Amino acid sequence: MRRALIPSLVAVCAAGLLGVLVYGVAARSHSRTLDDAVAHGQRPPAPDRSLPLLQGGGQRRLADYRGQVVVVNFWASWCTPCAEEAPLLNRTQAALSHIRGTIIGVTFRDLSSDSLAFMSEHHSTYPSLRDVDGKLAQAYGTTQLPETFVLDRSGRVAAISRGEVSSDFLRRAVALAQSS
Amino acid sequence: MSLRGGPRAFALLALVCAALGSAVAARAEPRSPAHGTLAPAGPAQAPGPARPSGAPAPRARASLPDIEREVMCPVCGVPLNLADSPQADRERAFIRALIAQGRTSAQIKQALVTQFGRGVLALPPSHGFDAAAYLVPLAAVVVLVALVALLLSRWRRRGRAAAPATPALPTDEARHLERDLARYDL
Repeated sequence: MRRALIPSLVAVCAAGLLGVLVYGVAARSHSRTLDDAVAHGQRPPAPDRSLPLLQGGGQRRLADYRGQVVVVNFWASWCTPCAEEAPLLNRTQAALSHIRGTIIGVTFRDLSSDSLAFMSEHHSTYPSLRDVDGKLAQAYGTTQLPETFVLDRSGRVAAISRGEVSSDFLRRAVALAQSS
Repeated sequence: MSLRGGPRAFALLALVCAALGSAVAARAEPRSPAHGTLAPAGPAQAPGPARPSGAPAPRARASLPDIEREVMCPVCGVPLNLADSPQADRERAFIRALIAQGRTSAQIKQALVTQFGRGVLALPPSHGFDAAAYLVPLAAVVVLVALVALLLSRWRRRGRAAAPATPALPTDEARHLERDLARYDL
Protein backbone atom coordinates (compact mmCIF):
# COMPACT_ATOMS: atom_id res chain seq x y z
CA MET A 1 0.00 0.00 0.00
CA ARG A 2 2.67 2.51 1.10
CA ARG A 3 4.94 1.37 -1.73
CA ALA A 4 2.30 2.48 -4.22
CA LEU A 5 1.82 5.88 -2.54
CA ILE A 6 4.67 7.78 -4.20
CA PRO A 7 4.10 6.53 -7.77
CA SER A 8 0.37 7.26 -7.34
CA LEU A 9 1.14 10.76 -6.08
CA VAL A 10 3.51 11.42 -8.98
CA ALA A 11 0.96 10.07 -11.48
CA VAL A 12 -1.81 12.28 -10.06
CA CYS A 13 0.44 15.36 -10.18
CA ALA A 14 1.53 14.61 -13.74
CA ALA A 15 -2.09 14.11 -14.82
CA GLY A 16 -3.06 17.37 -13.11
CA LEU A 17 -0.27 19.33 -14.81
CA LEU A 18 -1.17 17.78 -18.16
CA GLY A 19 -4.82 18.74 -17.63
CA VAL A 20 -3.87 22.35 -16.84
CA LEU A 21 -1.67 22.45 -19.95
CA VAL A 22 -4.38 21.04 -22.23
CA TYR A 23 -7.01 23.40 -20.81
CA GLY A 24 -4.69 26.41 -21.18
CA VAL A 25 -3.88 25.59 -24.80
CA ALA A 26 -7.52 24.87 -25.65
CA ALA A 27 -8.77 28.05 -23.97
CA ARG A 28 -6.32 30.23 -25.87
CA SER A 29 -6.43 28.55 -29.23
CA HIS A 30 -8.33 30.31 -31.98
CA SER A 31 -11.67 28.88 -32.99
CA ARG A 32 -12.32 27.90 -36.58
CA THR A 33 -15.81 26.52 -35.96
CA LEU A 34 -17.43 29.55 -37.65
CA ASP A 35 -15.44 28.94 -40.84
CA ASP A 36 -16.35 25.26 -40.88
CA ALA A 37 -20.06 25.99 -40.39
CA VAL A 38 -20.17 28.72 -43.05
CA ALA A 39 -18.20 26.51 -45.47
CA HIS A 40 -20.93 23.87 -45.06
CA GLY A 41 -23.65 26.38 -45.90
CA GLN A 42 -24.79 26.82 -42.30
CA ARG A 43 -25.37 30.13 -40.57
CA PRO A 44 -24.04 29.92 -37.01
CA PRO A 45 -25.16 32.55 -34.49
CA ALA A 46 -22.74 35.46 -34.40
CA PRO A 47 -20.68 35.59 -31.19
CA ASP A 48 -21.56 38.70 -29.24
CA ARG A 49 -20.41 40.72 -26.25
CA SER A 50 -21.30 44.06 -24.77
CA LEU A 51 -18.47 46.42 -25.75
CA PRO A 52 -17.76 50.13 -25.31
CA LEU A 53 -18.43 52.38 -28.29
CA LEU A 54 -15.34 54.04 -29.73
CA GLN A 55 -17.19 57.22 -30.56
CA GLY A 56 -18.90 58.71 -27.53
CA GLY A 57 -19.86 56.76 -24.45
CA GLY A 58 -22.01 53.76 -23.77
CA GLN A 59 -21.94 50.11 -24.64
CA ARG A 60 -23.35 48.25 -27.60
CA ARG A 61 -23.84 44.64 -28.62
CA LEU A 62 -24.12 43.29 -32.14
CA ALA A 63 -27.58 42.11 -31.09
CA ASP A 64 -28.62 45.77 -30.88
CA TYR A 65 -28.39 45.86 -34.69
CA ARG A 66 -30.60 42.81 -35.22
CA GLY A 67 -32.96 43.34 -38.14
CA GLN A 68 -30.18 44.91 -40.20
CA VAL A 69 -27.55 43.36 -42.42
CA VAL A 70 -24.37 43.92 -40.39
CA VAL A 71 -20.85 43.87 -41.76
CA VAL A 72 -18.53 43.33 -38.79
CA ASN A 73 -15.02 44.52 -39.59
CA PHE A 74 -12.13 43.93 -37.16
CA TRP A 75 -9.50 46.62 -37.62
CA ALA A 76 -6.77 48.67 -35.95
CA SER A 77 -5.05 51.94 -36.75
CA TRP A 78 -1.67 50.19 -37.00
CA CYS A 79 -2.92 47.74 -39.64
CA THR A 80 -1.84 48.72 -43.14
CA PRO A 81 -4.43 46.63 -45.06
CA CYS A 82 -7.12 48.17 -42.83
CA ALA A 83 -6.15 51.59 -44.21
CA GLU A 84 -6.22 50.20 -47.74
CA GLU A 85 -9.72 48.78 -47.42
CA ALA A 86 -11.15 51.87 -45.66
CA PRO A 87 -12.40 53.60 -48.86
CA LEU A 88 -14.21 50.41 -49.91
CA LEU A 89 -15.84 50.12 -46.48
CA ASN A 90 -16.96 53.75 -46.68
CA ARG A 91 -18.62 53.11 -50.04
CA THR A 92 -20.20 49.93 -48.66
CA GLN A 93 -21.56 51.84 -45.66
CA ALA A 94 -23.24 54.32 -48.01
CA ALA A 95 -24.79 51.44 -49.97
CA LEU A 96 -25.89 49.56 -46.83
CA SER A 97 -27.75 52.59 -45.51
CA HIS A 98 -30.24 52.11 -48.39
CA ILE A 99 -31.04 48.50 -47.46
CA ARG A 100 -31.25 48.72 -43.65
CA GLY A 101 -27.70 47.67 -43.05
CA THR A 102 -24.55 49.00 -41.45
CA ILE A 103 -20.88 48.31 -40.93
CA ILE A 104 -19.82 47.81 -37.32
CA GLY A 105 -16.10 48.25 -36.83
CA VAL A 106 -14.42 46.43 -33.96
CA THR A 107 -11.04 47.78 -32.95
CA PHE A 108 -8.46 45.26 -31.87
CA ARG A 109 -5.50 46.02 -29.59
CA ASP A 110 -5.55 49.66 -30.48
CA LEU A 111 -5.37 52.88 -28.49
CA SER A 112 -8.75 54.62 -28.72
CA SER A 113 -7.09 57.94 -29.59
CA ASP A 114 -5.28 56.25 -32.50
CA SER A 115 -8.51 54.56 -33.64
CA LEU A 116 -10.37 57.88 -33.62
CA ALA A 117 -7.57 59.57 -35.55
CA PHE A 118 -7.68 56.73 -38.10
CA MET A 119 -11.45 57.11 -38.56
CA SER A 120 -11.12 60.85 -38.94
CA GLU A 121 -8.27 60.50 -41.45
CA HIS A 122 -10.22 58.00 -43.55
CA HIS A 123 -13.59 59.80 -43.18
CA SER A 124 -15.22 56.68 -41.75
CA THR A 125 -18.59 57.35 -40.19
CA TYR A 126 -19.87 53.92 -39.18
CA PRO A 127 -19.89 52.99 -35.47
CA SER A 128 -16.99 51.06 -33.99
CA LEU A 129 -16.80 49.04 -30.79
CA ARG A 130 -13.64 48.60 -28.74
CA ASP A 131 -12.82 44.94 -28.13
CA VAL A 132 -10.69 45.88 -25.13
CA ASP A 133 -9.68 42.42 -23.95
CA GLY A 134 -9.81 40.78 -27.39
CA LYS A 135 -12.47 38.25 -26.30
CA LEU A 136 -14.82 39.04 -29.20
CA ALA A 137 -11.98 38.67 -31.70
CA GLN A 138 -11.09 35.35 -30.08
CA ALA A 139 -14.69 34.18 -30.38
CA TYR A 140 -14.58 34.98 -34.11
CA GLY A 141 -11.23 33.19 -34.47
CA THR A 142 -9.55 36.42 -35.50
CA THR A 143 -5.79 36.05 -35.65
CA GLN A 144 -4.75 38.79 -38.05
CA LEU A 145 -6.28 42.01 -39.29
CA PRO A 146 -8.40 42.93 -41.09
CA GLU A 147 -11.19 40.35 -40.95
CA THR A 148 -14.79 40.84 -42.04
CA PHE A 149 -17.96 38.91 -41.13
CA VAL A 150 -21.31 39.52 -42.74
CA LEU A 151 -24.34 38.87 -40.51
CA ASP A 152 -27.88 38.43 -41.76
CA ARG A 153 -30.87 40.18 -40.23
CA SER A 154 -31.25 37.42 -37.64
CA GLY A 155 -27.71 37.92 -36.30
CA ARG A 156 -26.25 34.81 -37.94
CA VAL A 157 -22.93 34.66 -39.78
CA ALA A 158 -23.53 34.41 -43.54
CA ALA A 159 -20.00 35.00 -44.91
CA ILE A 160 -16.42 35.39 -43.70
CA SER A 161 -13.42 37.15 -45.23
CA ARG A 162 -10.11 36.75 -43.43
CA GLY A 163 -7.66 39.32 -44.76
CA GLU A 164 -8.25 42.47 -46.77
CA VAL A 165 -11.83 42.46 -47.99
CA SER A 166 -12.70 42.79 -51.69
CA SER A 167 -15.64 44.57 -53.28
CA ASP A 168 -16.62 41.31 -54.96
CA PHE A 169 -16.84 39.50 -51.61
CA LEU A 170 -18.88 42.31 -50.04
CA ARG A 171 -21.34 42.42 -52.94
CA ARG A 172 -21.94 38.65 -52.86
CA ALA A 173 -21.98 38.40 -49.05
CA VAL A 174 -24.43 41.26 -48.55
CA ALA A 175 -26.73 39.79 -51.22
CA LEU A 176 -26.50 36.40 -49.45
CA ALA A 177 -27.27 37.96 -46.06
CA GLN A 178 -30.28 39.78 -47.50
CA SER A 179 -31.66 36.60 -49.01
CA SER A 180 -32.53 35.03 -45.66
CA MET B 1 17.73 18.46 12.66
CA SER B 2 16.53 14.94 12.36
CA LEU B 3 13.50 14.06 10.33
CA ARG B 4 12.29 10.98 12.08
CA GLY B 5 8.99 9.71 10.83
CA GLY B 6 5.84 11.49 9.73
CA PRO B 7 4.96 14.21 12.29
CA ARG B 8 8.12 16.27 11.86
CA ALA B 9 8.13 15.87 8.11
CA PHE B 10 4.58 17.10 7.93
CA ALA B 11 5.32 19.97 10.32
CA LEU B 12 8.11 21.03 7.97
CA LEU B 13 5.76 20.65 5.03
CA ALA B 14 3.12 22.79 6.73
CA LEU B 15 5.75 25.44 7.45
CA VAL B 16 6.83 25.55 3.80
CA CYS B 17 3.19 25.72 2.67
CA ALA B 18 2.43 28.56 5.06
CA ALA B 19 5.48 30.52 3.90
CA LEU B 20 4.65 30.03 0.22
CA GLY B 21 0.97 30.78 0.81
CA SER B 22 1.70 34.04 2.56
CA ALA B 23 4.11 34.99 -0.22
CA VAL B 24 1.42 34.40 -2.83
CA ALA B 25 -1.19 36.24 -0.77
CA ALA B 26 1.12 39.22 -0.39
CA ARG B 27 1.66 39.24 -4.15
CA ALA B 28 -2.08 39.08 -4.83
CA GLU B 29 -2.92 42.03 -2.58
CA PRO B 30 -4.15 45.03 -4.53
CA ARG B 31 -1.71 47.85 -4.43
CA SER B 32 -2.64 51.29 -3.37
CA PRO B 33 -1.49 54.06 -5.71
CA ALA B 34 1.20 54.97 -3.20
CA HIS B 35 2.58 51.42 -3.37
CA GLY B 36 2.29 51.36 -7.12
CA THR B 37 4.44 54.40 -7.69
CA LEU B 38 7.91 53.66 -8.81
CA ALA B 39 10.46 55.87 -7.18
CA PRO B 40 14.07 55.16 -8.08
CA ALA B 41 15.98 53.64 -5.18
CA GLY B 42 18.47 56.10 -3.81
CA PRO B 43 19.96 57.53 -0.65
CA ALA B 44 17.54 58.43 2.09
CA GLN B 45 16.33 61.99 1.90
CA ALA B 46 17.28 64.48 4.54
CA PRO B 47 14.38 65.21 6.83
CA GLY B 48 12.45 68.24 5.66
CA PRO B 49 9.79 70.32 7.28
CA ALA B 50 7.13 68.23 8.95
CA ARG B 51 4.05 67.53 6.85
CA PRO B 52 0.84 68.85 8.40
CA SER B 53 -1.22 65.98 9.74
CA GLY B 54 -3.88 64.83 7.29
CA ALA B 55 -2.01 66.19 4.25
CA PRO B 56 -1.65 63.62 1.46
CA ALA B 57 1.75 61.97 1.09
CA PRO B 58 3.78 63.34 -1.82
CA ARG B 59 3.53 61.06 -4.89
CA ALA B 60 6.68 59.74 -6.48
CA ARG B 61 6.81 60.27 -10.22
CA ALA B 62 6.34 57.27 -12.46
CA SER B 63 9.05 56.60 -14.99
CA LEU B 64 8.80 55.11 -18.46
CA PRO B 65 11.54 52.43 -18.01
CA ASP B 66 9.88 51.14 -14.83
CA ILE B 67 6.42 50.92 -16.42
CA GLU B 68 7.86 49.41 -19.60
CA ARG B 69 9.12 46.47 -17.54
CA GLU B 70 5.69 45.82 -16.05
CA VAL B 71 3.44 45.97 -19.10
CA MET B 72 3.21 44.15 -22.40
CA CYS B 73 3.08 45.35 -25.97
CA PRO B 74 -0.26 43.61 -26.76
CA VAL B 75 0.35 43.55 -30.51
CA CYS B 76 3.92 42.22 -30.28
CA GLY B 77 3.20 39.79 -27.40
CA VAL B 78 6.40 40.70 -25.50
CA PRO B 79 7.12 43.01 -22.57
CA LEU B 80 7.12 46.61 -23.72
CA ASN B 81 10.77 47.15 -22.75
CA LEU B 82 11.73 44.44 -25.29
CA ALA B 83 9.32 45.51 -28.02
CA ASP B 84 10.56 47.40 -31.03
CA SER B 85 7.65 48.17 -33.30
CA PRO B 86 5.52 51.18 -34.28
CA GLN B 87 2.71 49.86 -32.03
CA ALA B 88 5.11 49.70 -29.09
CA ASP B 89 6.22 53.26 -29.83
CA ARG B 90 2.58 54.40 -29.80
CA GLU B 91 2.09 52.71 -26.42
CA ARG B 92 5.24 54.42 -25.09
CA ALA B 93 3.95 57.78 -26.33
CA PHE B 94 0.65 57.10 -24.51
CA ILE B 95 2.55 56.33 -21.30
CA ARG B 96 4.79 59.40 -21.69
CA ALA B 97 1.71 61.61 -22.10
CA LEU B 98 0.23 60.25 -18.87
CA ILE B 99 3.53 60.69 -17.02
CA ALA B 100 3.60 64.30 -18.22
CA GLN B 101 0.12 64.72 -16.72
CA GLY B 102 1.55 63.62 -13.36
CA ARG B 103 -0.24 60.25 -13.20
CA THR B 104 1.15 57.59 -10.88
CA SER B 105 2.37 54.22 -12.10
CA ALA B 106 -0.81 52.52 -10.84
CA GLN B 107 -3.00 55.05 -12.63
CA ILE B 108 -1.05 54.63 -15.85
CA LYS B 109 -1.33 50.85 -15.68
CA GLN B 110 -5.07 51.19 -15.06
CA ALA B 111 -5.33 53.44 -18.13
CA LEU B 112 -3.49 50.80 -20.16
CA VAL B 113 -5.90 48.13 -18.87
CA THR B 114 -8.80 50.36 -20.00
CA GLN B 115 -7.25 50.51 -23.46
CA PHE B 116 -5.99 46.96 -23.91
CA GLY B 117 -7.58 44.82 -21.18
CA ARG B 118 -5.86 43.00 -18.30
CA GLY B 119 -3.61 41.17 -20.74
CA VAL B 120 -1.48 44.30 -20.99
CA LEU B 121 -0.11 43.68 -17.50
CA ALA B 122 3.05 41.59 -17.59
CA LEU B 123 2.11 39.72 -14.41
CA PRO B 124 -0.88 37.41 -14.85
CA PRO B 125 -3.88 38.13 -12.62
CA SER B 126 -4.21 36.05 -9.49
CA HIS B 127 -7.78 34.88 -10.16
CA GLY B 128 -9.51 32.59 -12.62
CA PHE B 129 -7.50 30.25 -14.78
CA ASP B 130 -4.51 32.64 -14.71
CA ALA B 131 -4.10 31.87 -11.01
CA ALA B 132 -2.58 28.59 -12.23
CA ALA B 133 0.57 30.60 -12.99
CA TYR B 134 1.02 30.97 -9.20
CA LEU B 135 -0.69 27.82 -7.96
CA VAL B 136 1.00 25.24 -10.20
CA PRO B 137 4.57 26.12 -9.12
CA LEU B 138 3.34 26.27 -5.52
CA ALA B 139 1.75 22.83 -5.83
CA ALA B 140 4.90 21.48 -7.49
CA VAL B 141 7.07 22.75 -4.62
CA VAL B 142 4.71 21.28 -2.02
CA VAL B 143 4.68 17.90 -3.77
CA LEU B 144 8.46 17.89 -4.10
CA VAL B 145 8.95 18.74 -0.42
CA ALA B 146 6.47 16.00 0.52
CA LEU B 147 8.33 13.51 -1.66
CA VAL B 148 11.72 14.45 -0.21
CA ALA B 149 10.34 14.19 3.34
CA LEU B 150 8.85 10.75 2.63
CA LEU B 151 12.00 9.47 0.94
CA LEU B 152 14.24 10.81 3.71
CA SER B 153 12.25 9.08 6.42
CA ARG B 154 12.20 5.86 4.39
CA TRP B 155 15.97 5.94 3.79
CA ARG B 156 16.63 6.56 7.49
CA ARG B 157 14.46 3.61 8.51
CA ARG B 158 16.12 1.39 5.94
CA GLY B 159 19.59 2.51 7.07
CA ARG B 160 18.79 1.78 10.70
CA ALA B 161 17.47 -1.69 9.88
CA ALA B 162 20.53 -2.56 7.79
CA ALA B 163 23.13 -1.48 10.45
CA PRO B 164 24.85 -4.55 12.00
CA ALA B 165 24.15 -5.08 15.70
CA THR B 166 27.24 -4.80 17.97
CA PRO B 167 28.32 -8.33 18.89
CA ALA B 168 28.36 -9.01 22.60
CA LEU B 169 31.75 -9.84 24.14
CA PRO B 170 32.19 -13.07 26.00
CA THR B 171 31.80 -12.58 29.79
CA ASP B 172 35.46 -13.01 30.76
CA GLU B 173 36.67 -10.72 28.00
CA ALA B 174 34.16 -8.10 29.08
CA ARG B 175 35.39 -8.29 32.65
CA HIS B 176 38.95 -7.94 31.37
CA LEU B 177 38.02 -4.86 29.39
CA GLU B 178 36.27 -3.29 32.40
CA ARG B 179 39.36 -3.78 34.46
CA ASP B 180 41.63 -2.25 31.84
CA LEU B 181 39.38 0.72 31.45
CA ALA B 182 39.24 1.24 35.21
CA ARG B 183 43.03 1.24 35.29
CA TYR B 184 43.18 4.10 32.80
CA ASP B 185 40.37 6.01 34.49
CA LEU B 186 41.75 9.44 35.42
